[in-house]
Amino acid sequence: MKVSMTVNGNDVTNEIEPRVLLVHYIREVLGLTGTHWGCDTSNCGTCVVLMDGQPVKSCTVLAAMAAGHDIRTVEGLASGGSLDPVQQGFMEEHGLQCGFCTSGMMLTARALLDKNPHPDATEIRQAISGQICRCTGYATIVRSVQWAAAHPAGTGVDDAPAADEVLDGTDTPVPDFATEIVDTEVKA
Amino acid sequence: MQIPAPFDYVRASSVDNALELLQRHGTESRVIAGGHSLLPMMKLRLARPEWLIDINDLYELDFILRDGDTLRIGAMTRHTTLLESDEIAGIFPIVRDAESVIADPIVRNRGTIGGSLCQADPAEDLSTVCDVLGAEAVIRGPAGERILTMADFHRGPYETAVGQDELLCELRFPLRPRSSSAYEKVERRVGDWAVGAAGAAITLAADGTISDAAVGLTALGLDGTLAEAADVLRGRHPAEELFVEAGRLAAAACDPVDDQRGPVDYKRHLADELTRRVLRLACTRAAKTQEG
Repeated sequence: MKVSMTVNGNDVTNEIEPRVLLVHYIREVLGLTGTHWGCDTSNCGTCVVLMDGQPVKSCTVLAAMAAGHDIRTVEGLASGGSLDPVQQGFMEEHGLQCGFCTSGMMLTARALLDKNPHPDATEIRQAISGQICRCTGYATIVRSVQWAAAHPAGTGVDDAPAADEVLDGTDTPVPDFATEIVDTEVKA
Repeated sequence: MQIPAPFDYVRASSVDNALELLQRHGTESRVIAGGHSLLPMMKLRLARPEWLIDINDLYELDFILRDGDTLRIGAMTRHTTLLESDEIAGIFPIVRDAESVIADPIVRNRGTIGGSLCQADPAEDLSTVCDVLGAEAVIRGPAGERILTMADFHRGPYETAVGQDELLCELRFPLRPRSSSAYEKVERRVGDWAVGAAGAAITLAADGTISDAAVGLTALGLDGTLAEAADVLRGRHPAEELFVEAGRLAAAACDPVDDQRGPVDYKRHLADELTRRVLRLACTRAAKTQEG
């Protein structure tokens, strides 16, 4: 069947099987692998995307059901060359460790802040309660969202670097611990 | 990777169109609303419909309407809408109590009241809510509309009176003065099914005595409401010893199963304790409506 929807502001149309889940459509058909695929059972929330501005678990929505709707993925967070305050907040407050839950967490945070620009810590914890951070880094995730709430886009208080500066990674030095780990012999 | 077996997909454009599609595609067709029960079952191949009829475009079933002495809620009303409705929270605080612990906030953006009731999971919170509030289910089919009490609606686990060619369209709740309600659930973690839960609705007479009461349990092996508890409460002034007695009756009447969520004696203890708590809270809330 043919499905058409808007993804990060772009109109997309594809021929797919009706049983294709939205997460696989986004990752495999559209090639947007920033949306992660985790538990498959709508428990972990790593696959969260925004559908008409509301967070949904894309492993439990058919791509066919999303047809005609407006989908936003993590790739659609940065705009005009600037990171979304939520992305900047996750950088400032170390909101990620392994990064697996991060895109879903950031999209939920974006939807929360759009609805409630000044959430308290409890409201943030409730908003992300359907998502699992396997590194258990919840305290820093909450602080990251609070940072974003305190630095809304367009207020001039954020000095977010341009998105391409951050994302191309060319200037990122290899941290020392990485070489240390490689050099360490594993003892049987 | 969990992927459903192949099926054909069609989107209904209206209730009439959904009913036509159900007739056309017959017994191998299933209606999908929020999809957070049906899709997981399809992934596990516990459900293998040949046709999925998507009713998410039926905005005509997404409403909360006060109509005389009745509150009408459309079957496609999402959990999030129910949770956030101040109007419902004012009339039936049990709905916000229950909705705040149903699944998680993201699942609640998709799940619907109609889908929850039709899935008829024994641990479904809204079944208990509808039972204690004395709701009626409005069902449409080829033969027209029929209205069932919750006792007639429920048939057992995963089974309701809604026929293959029918659609649950609406729930109707009677509005009663000097009434209130409460719900409390024990769950292992956010998003899990209840270990156990209890709901209560209370109506006070002008003199402050309890004129009507309903107590229901979730996931604890009690169908419908507990008549014995209502009998104990009716005609009496709200008092702790009544709640204790109702809790004892609830624990005796329920029939929980031993499973990974807990042993039978623990679940009976929950039936007792949670019944006391929801009665206490519902009576306190009802007394406040009387003062107001």
